[in-house]
Amino acid sequence: MTGKGGVGKTTLAAALALAAARQGRRVVLCEVAGQERMRELVPELTTVSVDPEEAKQEWLRYQLKSGTLASVLGGSRLFQYLTAAAPGLSELVTIGKVWDLAQLERRTGGTVFDVAIVDAPATGHALGMLRSPSTFAAVAGVGPVGRHAATIDRSLRDPAHTAVVTAALPEEMPVNETVEFERALRRELDMAVDAIVVNAVHPLRFRPEEIERLDRARVQNAAGHTPVTQAALSSALSEHRRAKGEHAQVRRLRRAASAPVLTLPRIFEPELGREHVERLSHELERKL
Amino acid sequence: MIDDWLERKEVCICAGSGGVGKTTTSAAIALGMAARGKKVAVLTIDPAKRLANSLGLPELGNEERLVKADVKGELWAMMLDPKRTFDEVVEWHAPDERARDAVLSNRIYQELSNAVAGSQEYMAMEKLYELHQEGRYDLLVLDTPPTRNALDFIDAPKKLAAFIDSRALQMFTGPGLMGLKVLGRGSGMVFSVLKRATGIDLLDDLSTFFAAFAGMTEGFRERAEHVNALLADSRSAFVLVTSPRAGAVDEAGWFHHRLLDAGLPFAGVVANRVRREVPKGDPSAELGDLLGDDALVRRVLKTFEEERRLAAQDRANLAALKKLLGRKPMIEVPHLDDDVHDLDGLRRMDTHLFGRATLA
Repeated sequence: MTGKGGVGKTTLAAALALAAARQGRRVVLCEVAGQERMRELVPELTTVSVDPEEAKQEWLRYQLKSGTLASVLGGSRLFQYLTAAAPGLSELVTIGKVWDLAQLERRTGGTVFDVAIVDAPATGHALGMLRSPSTFAAVAGVGPVGRHAATIDRSLRDPAHTAVVTAALPEEMPVNETVEFERALRRELDMAVDAIVVNAVHPLRFRPEEIERLDRARVQNAAGHTPVTQAALSSALSEHRRAKGEHAQVRRLRRAASAPVLTLPRIFEPELGREHVERLSHELERKL
Repeated sequence: MIDDWLERKEVCICAGSGGVGKTTTSAAIALGMAARGKKVAVLTIDPAKRLANSLGLPELGNEERLVKADVKGELWAMMLDPKRTFDEVVEWHAPDERARDAVLSNRIYQELSNAVAGSQEYMAMEKLYELHQEGRYDLLVLDTPPTRNALDFIDAPKKLAAFIDSRALQMFTGPGLMGLKVLGRGSGMVFSVLKRATGIDLLDDLSTFFAAFAGMTEGFRERAEHVNALLADSRSAFVLVTSPRAGAVDEAGWFHHRLLDAGLPFAGVVANRVRREVPKGDPSAELGDLLGDDALVRRVLKTFEEERRLAAQDRANLAALKKLLGRKPMIEVPHLDDDVHDLDGLRRMDTHLFGRATLA
């Protein structure tokens, strides 16, 4: 689950995981960017926070088939320097960890899951993360690192194994970023976006003739009214205007994107809790 | 207002978490300052074309472009291409053509300078510094990348300088792999383990890469120090952008703390999309008289009630942030009816950012 910053990726990843769990799948929910909030949202699900440092150690243990060697190497300053100097290595071990979680035979042992749902970083960094295995496969060539990276790369590109869901908001820039991400994913990795979820779409509550009435009421009575009545009318008109703009953005996204676009309603709560995630998960289950 | 924050400033860095309107705010600040007669360049390293969008341009490139806006000064915009900037930096620092070509044609360099992570932040700082040195603009506005770790870009030059000083690099700067001896026996083991883990040709490439880089270390270090000095200097201003939503406000508080810790010149907070305070009282009777349609009144009331609750929450979140900021200022930009994504939208923001309209 990727998308522009602030569009609700964490919430939607949690909702998707709930829906999958309801269908009887063994789900693990992974976050890769210190988004701890997820655990509070869905306490009943297994959540994993992928820490690049830990993932690096684990990856070494696997590569070297020896815990002692791995910890010597991991503790070495020289090694720290070398790995810090390799941009993209954190991304590789992070996606590697996610890949491992989704294996039916885990190379590092541990619980087996049917599906790993990832609360990924924003589109630019998510693309970097998805690209890192192929980058390393190219750089490391024939070595074991290269082979392992190539394996991960193949799984990521296999539509039977990996699905990419993009979250968006019904606004100009998130829509553009979503379309741009879909193109970049196709161009750079020959991968498709499987679904686009437009979050927090405001309902259209008023019919056009009702809007006219509200507008007339506001204009005609501007002077005689208590401020609160005037504010209530303005608020209804503003919300309607915003909602109309949003629906136009959803139509634009549907025209520009190849992936199916589904929408989720705006939930009017300052802070989303467990019951709201549940509600969204049912909507997702129905629409996906 | 914001022009007071930026008086005598040469660099303005807009930082904050994703989705709070950083790009839009950067563009609005740049446009507003240009309207006040300054020659301004706004820079982004965000490949999502957000800045181009908000300036009404189809796209931006690695060179500054003049934005067609009716302003007293000039507004320029560019999108950094990290790979090309990295190449330029190598060209700049390379002692001779041979060293330059050795780096540019190295496989490790080619793959890694292309990789999104890490190098982007450093390259933004590089370009900022370069443009500042050239002195062609009165003000540079930087839109920072949407990383969750919003301070990566500040640490980037320091990290690079530290790396260049590191023994790992020195190890490779000896004749071939003999340089390893500098590090003693332990590192020989590390090296042989790495060889097993990675495959030998990676190390060969790494060693040529580092060897080729060796001649440039002094230049890189100096550059990084200058960038750090510029950021910490009174000519720079950090503007923290946030929305009034809980998560964003928490992150802004944390960021503010980090900026102060790092001794960086923090100017103030811009809070975007703040819902207007809703007057007290019950409008239902009057609405009933006015509209004479109970079902319609109910829907108006429902909408209004939602707005009231969300507005109250915005107020509470911002009040908490204000307390944290102490005497540092906060500018609130109200939640506008239309989504801000073009020059017209930026003009609507201008009044709120600058306190008075100067734009036509």
